[in-house]
Amino acid sequence: MNQLIPLFVVIPLAAAFLIMIIGRFVEEFNKYFTSIVLMFLAFMSFYFLFNTGENMFVYKVGGWEPVNNIPIGIYMVLDGFSVIVVCIINLVGFLSAIYSISYIKRYTSPNYYYALFCLMIGGMNGVVLSGDLFNIFVFLEISVISSYALVAFGVESNELEASFKYQILGGLASFLILFGIGFIYWKTKTLNIADIKSAFSNGYNKTTYLFIQILMLSGFGLKAAIIPFHAWLPDAHSSAPSPISAMLSGIFIKAVGIYVLIRLFFNMFAITEGMAILITVLGTVSMVIGVFLAIGQWDIKRLLAYHSISQMGYVVMSVGIGMILLSKGVKPEIASLAIAGGIFHLINHAAFKGLLFLNAGAIEYTTGTRNLREMGGLAKNMPVTSATSFIASMSISGVPPFNGFFSKLIIIIAAIMAGFYLLAALAVVVSIITLASFMKFQRYAFYNKPDNSKSQNIKEVPFPMMFSMVTMSIICILLSLLVVPAIRDTILTPAINVLADPLKYSTTVLIQ
Amino acid sequence: MIAYIMCFILFLTGLYGVITRRNLVKIAVSLSIMEISTFLFFALLGYIDGGVAPIVDPSDPAKVYVDPLPQALVLTAIVIGLATTSMLMAVIIRLYRKYGTFDIREIKNLRG
Repeated sequence: MNQLIPLFVVIPLAAAFLIMIIGRFVEEFNKYFTSIVLMFLAFMSFYFLFNTGENMFVYKVGGWEPVNNIPIGIYMVLDGFSVIVVCIINLVGFLSAIYSISYIKRYTSPNYYYALFCLMIGGMNGVVLSGDLFNIFVFLEISVISSYALVAFGVESNELEASFKYQILGGLASFLILFGIGFIYWKTKTLNIADIKSAFSNGYNKTTYLFIQILMLSGFGLKAAIIPFHAWLPDAHSSAPSPISAMLSGIFIKAVGIYVLIRLFFNMFAITEGMAILITVLGTVSMVIGVFLAIGQWDIKRLLAYHSISQMGYVVMSVGIGMILLSKGVKPEIASLAIAGGIFHLINHAAFKGLLFLNAGAIEYTTGTRNLREMGGLAKNMPVTSATSFIASMSISGVPPFNGFFSKLIIIIAAIMAGFYLLAALAVVVSIITLASFMKFQRYAFYNKPDNSKSQNIKEVPFPMMFSMVTMSIICILLSLLVVPAIRDTILTPAINVLADPLKYSTTVLIQ
Repeated sequence: MIAYIMCFILFLTGLYGVITRRNLVKIAVSLSIMEISTFLFFALLGYIDGGVAPIVDPSDPAKVYVDPLPQALVLTAIVIGLATTSMLMAVIIRLYRKYGTFDIREIKNLRG
């Protein structure tokens, strides 16, 4: 098992290389090869998902064994939490690749597109699996640079402007992160996350510690687009080609933003109450402001992008509540419940937001517009898109029996049991406003009567796009099963145990 | 210590440039200044007064070596910095062809 972990990084990187070389001589090689590679990775990640459990697999790159229990090589760590994120990365990546087969025909030079696509997947897998801070930075840059290029892939004025904004803010974030890594190395003389944890537990200077935490929070917060750092997200996510928007919104901000934040603040730093409150407040603010920014939008993809900010706010708020409880050392089972709600919502968001962006892409593909005012009555001509987007809209607004309902319910229950009544009330209100904004999307896009006869010759999208959308909507419904105790215990519980027990990660990694 | 403070001032200079400049190329240059200050910080971390290059000499155990790890890190970071800078420059050239200006106030299609 341990030997298979690097394959998650090596295979996509090799695929990107091969696409650039073989794709030059063989027509149509790129699209089928990418789909096959990602299908393989998705199957492999599912295999790991059902076999990891409470285990922690550690792979030491280059075979450098620890000396006197001090790790000297680069570690790749796969545990209950990272395996979930790897799973959603490769699954959403696979469906986006299938979707791209038809969608990308409108762009030139598909070889570059697929090579960058594979690089992005490889980078994200690397970030999630790495157990070494600097390695996280390197893989983060690989995925981020390819996403800069993919956002600008249309090379029209909007795409370029969005990409420029994204690059400036992304570059800023990268240097903040690098500065933080430098400080950590200065203070602890190590870069291994587990080793840093044990070095910090021997005592530290409070001011420096706080400074490092602030640097890391602002750096990864910029990547995750938590609200004071959100300016780039609506532009970048709405300008990219739709399968890439689905990847960026569905998995990218989670893998390089939220995942790393959670991992660092739970498993590397000791949780302090002030930091926990700060994270909860940031989460709540982005949850509330994101949805208010979203409701006034008429561009479908911008609307969806603002909803990403708001839904990520749910995740951050819920995880923050768990952190507050853990730092006080009270009610550990409610802390676990709050973390469970956060992770569950993170998984769900990947499914329904990916699906919504694919739907938006399908609408843009057939009608050629993203403006809600210019479309209408599409339900008759595009039944599959309409049905799948209905499922996704109901999921994101938290209507039972779809998956979003259960995760929001868990978050709200956890907030009430922890005594944060205001946060619970805000979560309910935001959910209602989300429902209102998606009713607007459904009504204007699919049900209003069109005021022109242009929509008569609109047809349903080609089969690969339909396949992706239908599969995603099935996943949306199936994910509700995660609340069933037997399934929850195999998938969610190991992830929560890794996070809730502050010493489990570092001790388990260090003895391997 | 003074070197660390200088390095932080350089970082803030770059940040100031990114925030206040209106010219796309100047923003990119400011970003590079921030980048360089971070690299400088890493290089300073590994420096030890009187240290020599870390090639272990068994005959002289009293020798002091500089820390080689930050140097390796900074090399990697420089390569990454090259990629980000060239990507940024490519986008700036494309933007100039579209808009005919480097002024960021003229480039504002995306609003709201």
